[in-house]
Amino acid sequence: MSPPAVRFAGVSKRYGTAEVLADIDLALTAARTTAIVGESGSGKSTLLKLINGLVQADTGVVEVLGTAIETADLIDLRRRIGYAVQGSALFPHLDLRANVTLLARLVGWPEARIRERFEHLLELMELDPELAGRYPYELSGGQQQRASLCRAMMLEPPLLLLDEPFSAVDPITRAGIHAHFQRLAEAEPVTVVLVTHDLREAMTLASELVILRNGRIIQAGACDAVVAAPADAWIERLFQSQLG
Amino acid sequence: MKRVRWIQAALLLLLAGPVVAERTLVVGSKNFTESYLLGEMIAQRLEGEGWRVERRFGLGGTLICYEALVSGEIDLYVEYSGTITEVILSNDAAQDDLAAPLAERGLEPLPELGFDNTYALVLEGRRAEALAISRISDLREHPGLRIAFSHEFLRRQDGWPGLRSRYGLPHDPVGIEHGLAYQAMVRGRIDVTDAYSTDGDLERYGFTVLEDDRGFFPRYAALPLVRKDLPDAAKATIATLAGRIDADRMRRLNAEIVVGNRSFAAVAADFLAEEGFPASPVAAVTWRSELAAHTLRHLQLTAVALSLAVLIGLPLGVLVHRSLRASRSVLYAAGLLQTIPSIALLALMIPLFGIGVLPAIVALFLYSLLPILRATVTALTSVDPTLRRIAVGMGLTSWQQVRHLLLPLALPNVLAGIRTAAVISIGTATLAAFVGAGGLGQPIVTGLALNDPNLILQGAVPAALLAIVTELAFEGIERRLIPAHLRHGSV
Repeated sequence: MSPPAVRFAGVSKRYGTAEVLADIDLALTAARTTAIVGESGSGKSTLLKLINGLVQADTGVVEVLGTAIETADLIDLRRRIGYAVQGSALFPHLDLRANVTLLARLVGWPEARIRERFEHLLELMELDPELAGRYPYELSGGQQQRASLCRAMMLEPPLLLLDEPFSAVDPITRAGIHAHFQRLAEAEPVTVVLVTHDLREAMTLASELVILRNGRIIQAGACDAVVAAPADAWIERLFQSQLG
Repeated sequence: MKRVRWIQAALLLLLAGPVVAERTLVVGSKNFTESYLLGEMIAQRLEGEGWRVERRFGLGGTLICYEALVSGEIDLYVEYSGTITEVILSNDAAQDDLAAPLAERGLEPLPELGFDNTYALVLEGRRAEALAISRISDLREHPGLRIAFSHEFLRRQDGWPGLRSRYGLPHDPVGIEHGLAYQAMVRGRIDVTDAYSTDGDLERYGFTVLEDDRGFFPRYAALPLVRKDLPDAAKATIATLAGRIDADRMRRLNAEIVVGNRSFAAVAADFLAEEGFPASPVAAVTWRSELAAHTLRHLQLTAVALSLAVLIGLPLGVLVHRSLRASRSVLYAAGLLQTIPSIALLALMIPLFGIGVLPAIVALFLYSLLPILRATVTALTSVDPTLRRIAVGMGLTSWQQVRHLLLPLALPNVLAGIRTAAVISIGTATLAAFVGAGGLGQPIVTGLALNDPNLILQGAVPAALLAIVTELAFEGIERRLIPAHLRHGSV
């Protein structure tokens, strides 16, 4: 079995006096999709930000792609980690092509490689090449989401972080994007960490599940295994309320 | 890159202006008719002898001219002996010994031109003749004359109080606004008032100036005040004008300008010809070339100041915008500069930078800073935090975040700020003429001195047009640089 793409050991984080995360020990399997679920305020977004260094841990070790994040060159590391957030967060002054290819240009990819990768991603996400010259405001919500995934995947990162990326679109569009995401995850050998408050989304997209409550991991494992054996009554109620 | 080259070009243009191979004599003047005219006479006289001359006329007042002379910004201007003792030397020298105290300051008084521009009492001409009054002491014989003095003259110790006791005058004068006194005389409402002895208006109204036969009024003898390091040949040339102009003549020459509406250059040229001096070979400047030169200088001043303000304001805004406290202090400081009236700010620059282009550019730069800084900080702080987070999370370096996200999104507001600064600068730069920087303020300052609306408009109209053209140019720049949906007026 390949080494974990991300490993947390004894990690805790406080904002002032508020404890956000405590005693986090976790290893995320490479080339799988792991969903981190929990109520708002459970610390799931902070957990994600620890991975790309937007937040630093108070104690413990965070290891990403084989390097301890404390000693890593953050700029270099972040370029090996795709990142997409709620809403599409496309840059409004750039058209779709410029948004997706910005980082590739900055790191100096040759033009041909950029074009090839860009066209491949559009095809994978079923985005019409004619949309390439449009500004974000000229795209539908679903198209923006898909473009945002293309941007995150442009440099072929081994790791992709998704911070509730699909929560701002309507249910029908979301179902479509889920399908596109699955195409992507099948086509590329990428480790995905998906933060969501939607358990149904987590079950659809992920194979692994991590459940956070009040900053602590209360259960982790393969989705099926967790659903089959909820660790406590709270988790059981969570499943009942969201999955029916 | 393109921008950098443009700024270099602007700086070169500015620096290349005053640089010439051999020594150019810089003649200054204060901002009233007589001073302009005397400056022009000396300039043409020097040119007639082959000197190269630069004119820096219409400098604010005594202190600005003096400061300019001491610092070497100008080589000479015409000053009055009374002003030298009272204002420049603060009364610690007698009028007959100006040379020694001035020498300590590196200056030298050249021989007097021949007239005194001091206080004088005047009567309507025919009335003076009818009453046979030609001297102030004659007034004693006519206690019934109605006398009205300007308020200042009534109070000054070297005015009415001293005059009355020196001559033993029995009259009881009333106060009158100086601007109205001549009209009152013409209509016969008053008989005697005070005036400056070489005022061209005395000629216009045919007033008689009474002789100060007891020598009461302090002397304000006009003389060229020059830097000691002026070449001796130049001093000698200027000195050929000594004693050539008496008060009557000066009054007539002034009148040719204020009453006859002739130009300084023409009146000066006629005077020199009458005196048998060679004509200045410098071709008469047309109003067109003059306008072009003023406009060009105006553009230089504003363009250089604005470029500096952008070069400093923009990076400063980027630097401080992340810290609320830093941006506040910087904005307060820039705002404080903005509250200083522009003419005062210009005056404050003189002790630091002398006169000429430099203090004007510094003042305009300080004025342009606030709009640019404020626009930059406001625009940067209002960039969506989610976009910032994504930019960091994607692995953009700090500079790349600024270059590819923050600046492009801030651009519409920043450009609006630069546009505001540009228009303010173009307006404020008209004041630069007061410190000898030239520009479109030059005809305005001269026009104010001559009370000539046409001349004022020759500066004001091009300045207004320049402001409009600038607005249009910035609209063009916005259209080129900013996608339609991010321009002002859209969301």
